Amino acid sequence: MSAREVSARGVGPRTVRARDRSGVHPGPSTATRWVIVAVIGLLFLVPIASMLEFTLRGGLGGGYTLDRWAAVFGGGLTGEYKPIVTGLTNSLVLALVTVLVMLVLLVPTMVLVRISFPKLQRVLEFVCLLPITIPAIVLVVGLAPVYSVVARMFGSGVWTLAFAYGVIVLPYAYRSIQANLQAVDVVTLSEAARSLGAGWPTILFRIVVPNIRRGLLAAAFIAVAVVLGEYTIAALLNRVNLQTALVVVSKADPYIAVIIALLALVFAFVLLVAIGRIGGGPGSRRRRTAPPAAPAVPTTPLAPAADADEPAQEAAVR
Amino acid sequence: MTLSPPRRVAPAAPSSTTAAEPRTAGSSVELRGIVKELTGGARALDGIDLVIEPGELVALLGPSGCGKTTALRVLAGLESATAGTVLIDGSDVSGLPARSRDIGMVFQSYSLFPHLTALANVEFGLRMRRVPADERRLRAGDALEMVGLGGFGGRYAHELSGGQQQRVALARALVTEPRVLLLDEPLSALDARVRVQLRDEIRRIQQEFGITTVFVTHDQEEALAAADRVAVMRSGRIEQIGAPDEIYSRAATPFVAEFVGSSNRMRGRVSGGTVQLGAVRLPLIDPTQPDGEVEAFVRPEDIRLARAGGGASGAPSAAGRVPAEVVSTSFLGSYRRTTVALEDGTVLTVQHPANLVPVADERVELEFEGAPVAVSRRE
Repeated sequence: MSAREVSARGVGPRTVRARDRSGVHPGPSTATRWVIVAVIGLLFLVPIASMLEFTLRGGLGGGYTLDRWAAVFGGGLTGEYKPIVTGLTNSLVLALVTVLVMLVLLVPTMVLVRISFPKLQRVLEFVCLLPITIPAIVLVVGLAPVYSVVARMFGSGVWTLAFAYGVIVLPYAYRSIQANLQAVDVVTLSEAARSLGAGWPTILFRIVVPNIRRGLLAAAFIAVAVVLGEYTIAALLNRVNLQTALVVVSKADPYIAVIIALLALVFAFVLLVAIGRIGGGPGSRRRRTAPPAAPAVPTTPLAPAADADEPAQEAAVR
Repeated sequence: MTLSPPRRVAPAAPSSTTAAEPRTAGSSVELRGIVKELTGGARALDGIDLVIEPGELVALLGPSGCGKTTALRVLAGLESATAGTVLIDGSDVSGLPARSRDIGMVFQSYSLFPHLTALANVEFGLRMRRVPADERRLRAGDALEMVGLGGFGGRYAHELSGGQQQRVALARALVTEPRVLLLDEPLSALDARVRVQLRDEIRRIQQEFGITTVFVTHDQEEALAAADRVAVMRSGRIEQIGAPDEIYSRAATPFVAEFVGSSNRMRGRVSGGTVQLGAVRLPLIDPTQPDGEVEAFVRPEDIRLARAGGGASGAPSAAGRVPAEVVSTSFLGSYRRTTVALEDGTVLTVQHPANLVPVADERVELEFEGAPVAVSRRE
């Protein structure tokens, strides 16, 4: 949960502006900057290093060993660790379906609002950012009865969680797509296309989508990151995903759970670097005037297992 | 060469071409009683009636907010009118969406598709019309050639200058051989030199193809230089429509007189087919104008400025010269504009050759020529 709040702050045009400004006004001195970087770096690195150290501990005898890492990579994820494989598979399926739901619902809506109903812009933004302000626990209370209907219509497969996840990822997806959409003069482009004989589907797929490709990719990556880190909803709706599986396994073997959590962090890191590359990298050959369509970059959407422990206990109590 | 003038006269373009102008192959356009009401009841367009002959270039000229762009967008089908009819070649297209109206449009802001090359941009309209790939490439190449960008087909919009982008946009609008070409302030984002160049080029291409064109602009010079006829708009209405020289020399309303070119507003009195402005009496364009108090509009170039002669100061000389005092003067290259004050306090702007250099507070004499461009009754 805390991860979501942090990431929300890093999202959107404010980041872009701050970056632009730093080029114009002299910021804090170099020394101050390094101190800030060092403090923040430590804040992030200490827990991660501790996790790594933990996984290498040699048990009661002391010393360090690579055995557990070897076990994880050496096909050790069978038997009692099976839930992790199931959870990971489920989470990947969920990520895929969530991205699909998000793209299919959000993109045409945003484009249509931008082009034809600009007055609804505020409303859409409010609705899309709303999920950030609602704690997952509260969401679930509302979702539980909804899911009794969903289960009747679509069965109780894990993938149906993607409907709920589609709501959760809305703020992030909205922000990254919006940043890109604003950098392109979609209205004029669509009018030009209309005057040249294009219909709406052509405008959407041939004109708009290619020009907001980076925003879409960023939105998709963030959605994947958020879904892989989601615990609360899955736990409270009794579905197995990566995070719930981690919690289950951590009860039996905390070392393996932490290893998986670390790997998940690495995966998220790779995703975020990829987003950064797509967003502001040298690939920005497209337009000179437009601000770098900085995609929303959440900090750590993959909550480590330790963070997820609390709601697990709440669930257990319930 | 698929995109060449002779093709325009192909039977595909039905028009009432007169024998006198064989080049003309454009369509006629008519706006009938177009009203566009905004939410809240204000009228962006308040009854526009406009007939455009085939092959004609009509400029819609007016200050921002006068409705000229709205009129163009209604014609294009990008906006719907509250009332009224749009006819192209005599058939009602009011109900047709923009994509079915067979128009070409160039926008004020750069509107090239950023993810496509210049050539692919030009091909887009042909692609929509399912023209085979070979022919498409050929025609798009020809169109780029026509706007002088033959070698630039592989470039993206951000690799082209503003003027080049608008040229590509022009090629893109023309390559489908539309019935009407609509230009929505296509030059306003360009710098002065490029603007004049491209303006002349648009005119050349337009005449070569004989394509009916509507050109929206707030720049009077652009309108006067390029258009066959100029429609001056104000608050959703057409104030005057006519040939550029007619608009300039015979303004129908005070607004036109002041918006097109610059004018001196002078109080006077009409009597017996002439107008008395202070010490001078000038003829009227329309001698049948009824007597009464009026405001007359006199062009700065219709006033001659001369150094005060040796005569006694203060007394108007017999030749109808009016004494005045120089307030300020500014050098504008080939000519000078000088602000002078008459003895009764009226301040006038006078245009004269640059070699005459008046100084402030100098006493000069003014000589009025011709008739005021507009005379309106004073309430």
